[in-house]
Amino acid sequence: MRGDVQTFDLAEVTRRSLNQALHDATDGASFEVVNPRGAHAVACGITSDIDVVVRGSVGYYCAGMHQQGRVRVEGNASTGLAENIMSGEVHITGNATMSAGATGCGGLLVVGGNSGARCGISMKGVDIVVGGNVGHMSAFMAQAGNLVVCGDAAADLGDSIYEAQIFVRGDVESLGADCVEKEVRPEHLDTLGRLLAAAGAAAGGADPGDFRRYGSARRLYNFTIDDVDALAAEAAVEREVAGR
Amino acid sequence: MTERSVGTSTGTSDDDIDPLATSDPDYWHLRESYTFDRNVIAEIRRAANTGIYRIRGWGAKRRMPTLDDLVFLGASMSRYPLEGYREACGTDVVIGEDRAERPVHLRIPVTIAGMSFGSLSAQAKEALGRGASAAGTSTTTGDGGMTAEEREHSSVLVYQYLPSRYGMNPDDLRAADAIEVVVGQGAKPGGGGMLLGQKITERVAEMRTLPTGIDQRSACRHPDWTGPDDLEIKIGELREITDWQVPIYVKVGAARPYYDTALAVKAGADAVVVDGMQGGTAATQDVFIEHVGIPTIAAIPEAVRALRELGVHRREVKLIAAGGVRSGADVAKALALGADAASIGTAALIAIGDNDPAYESEYRELGTSAGYWEDFQSGTDPAGITTQDPELSARVDPELAGRRLANYLQVLTIETQILARANGKSHVLNLEPEDLAALTVEAAAMAKVPLAGTSWVPGAD
Repeated sequence: MRGDVQTFDLAEVTRRSLNQALHDATDGASFEVVNPRGAHAVACGITSDIDVVVRGSVGYYCAGMHQQGRVRVEGNASTGLAENIMSGEVHITGNATMSAGATGCGGLLVVGGNSGARCGISMKGVDIVVGGNVGHMSAFMAQAGNLVVCGDAAADLGDSIYEAQIFVRGDVESLGADCVEKEVRPEHLDTLGRLLAAAGAAAGGADPGDFRRYGSARRLYNFTIDDVDALAAEAAVEREVAGR
Repeated sequence: MTERSVGTSTGTSDDDIDPLATSDPDYWHLRESYTFDRNVIAEIRRAANTGIYRIRGWGAKRRMPTLDDLVFLGASMSRYPLEGYREACGTDVVIGEDRAERPVHLRIPVTIAGMSFGSLSAQAKEALGRGASAAGTSTTTGDGGMTAEEREHSSVLVYQYLPSRYGMNPDDLRAADAIEVVVGQGAKPGGGGMLLGQKITERVAEMRTLPTGIDQRSACRHPDWTGPDDLEIKIGELREITDWQVPIYVKVGAARPYYDTALAVKAGADAVVVDGMQGGTAATQDVFIEHVGIPTIAAIPEAVRALRELGVHRREVKLIAAGGVRSGADVAKALALGADAASIGTAALIAIGDNDPAYESEYRELGTSAGYWEDFQSGTDPAGITTQDPELSARVDPELAGRRLANYLQVLTIETQILARANGKSHVLNLEPEDLAALTVEAAAMAKVPLAGTSWVPGAD
């Protein structure tokens, strides 16, 4: 935290006044939010290089569309934590429910506890590190970025995945359509090492060498289109040749 | 029939004969099956050859009840018409003045529906922006995000917030004049977008964070909310991120318009866009286009019923009706049924040159004809509109095409005024169901207006 810390008590002031202050803030400012009491859309749409600490649990879309600076939540978060994050960092000490980091385009999301279903759904470049487990359909239709899971992954991991990469240290209940295990090469160990270091204590000292990598088999990228007419034409030519 | 002399007297070769159109008695025994007509047979053969469902653009082509099945009653002894050139007939529409710091002000009650860069060329998007801006109305982005060109050339730009979130950028969200949360569209309520590999060029791929050349199938459901309670929270987030500056619309395909509209109002929408099944698409399964959703004429009254019951009709929440709107008559009828504006997509593309007969020889090479072109997914559009091919898209002159669209929008508006004045209305939004009669029992039941010449509204208490 840098400079003077401005405190917003959501038991006293509205979410609107908090978010407006965050949107109006200049680089370097620091904020503390107390008594969030599960409020939705806390600290969403931040555009400057500021620090925000939320002491307590938040509702949906905390730090949604985050663009710069750091948001740290000391508690749990409901659906859509850091959805569509563009850059900067969002770090939560507790658990995040569904769709954490959904459609994130960049930056870093760190979940200290577990993350529920569809963690990293449609992610587009964000890096997500989860200290615990992730729920079913995580990284569904994930397009780009890295999902690092220090615990286990529930069913249908990486279903219909594009070019995102998934790293899991524990067990994978099942892989979704078109998601396959891939070789861990030195560059992947570098990526893992960088992300685990960035996640700090949330990663629990996990070793990059303990992870397995999953990604797209790229079999669903294009439609499979038959052409029986062409085969029939070939067969007709063969019959004609044979008949001569 | 070994001797086929049919048509030779007119100089036509045998190959050109349409057996069902000829006057030659030799063919009178032929009877096309209503169930298995040639179109059906062609589709079965195509499916048997390829093993893949038919994908195409455009909207539903089947016959269905439409706004054409309604007529205006006009003025009579008890209703006074307004003078066409002497008495004012307002056309402006305001959206979001209840909640947004910057409500949307439209000069005309016709908007341009969401169509993406990617499905359309950059030139076509620019033309839509130029035409709409000249006419004083809005354009809308689509799946794939906002381009600098469309922002620059659209004085009022609505930013679509879609399930795929392709190209979704909070800076663009804040740069928009309104946000439209897309739940569905008329061509495919319950389906996601499609953009086939031929159109995923490097620029399109980069905007959507996808590999080039893939057959892209967009998500059909939002990734971070499900259901109306979540949507209310999502709209709250969008308002917070944009500091409550701009209106928020919710767009639904016409499926259950009464409930969908009520739930959109409950979720906090400033406008509800209801898109009937005639609504177009750049690419979707044919089975979706033709068999899912209900016609526009059936959807509008149900949406209006919900708005009236909630006490927000023509007040806090505006209704934009879309799907097969082609003329000022369609616009006026949509308004009379209770919509605040009508939205056009397919008609706008035709105005800027889609299906242009000037390219007939090229349509023929593609196995089609001007007036039938629907393969928007192929990227081979001779008119240069639904393509990313640089040579084809260069055929669209954004300034001239924009001028055509502005002209067309002007005609729609004047036609709407003509009909409003004929019914004695000094503002197009004063049109009302009482001004209408239905020509068919179906239309009477759907539009909830009396069958012409009777006071009978089928299904009314």
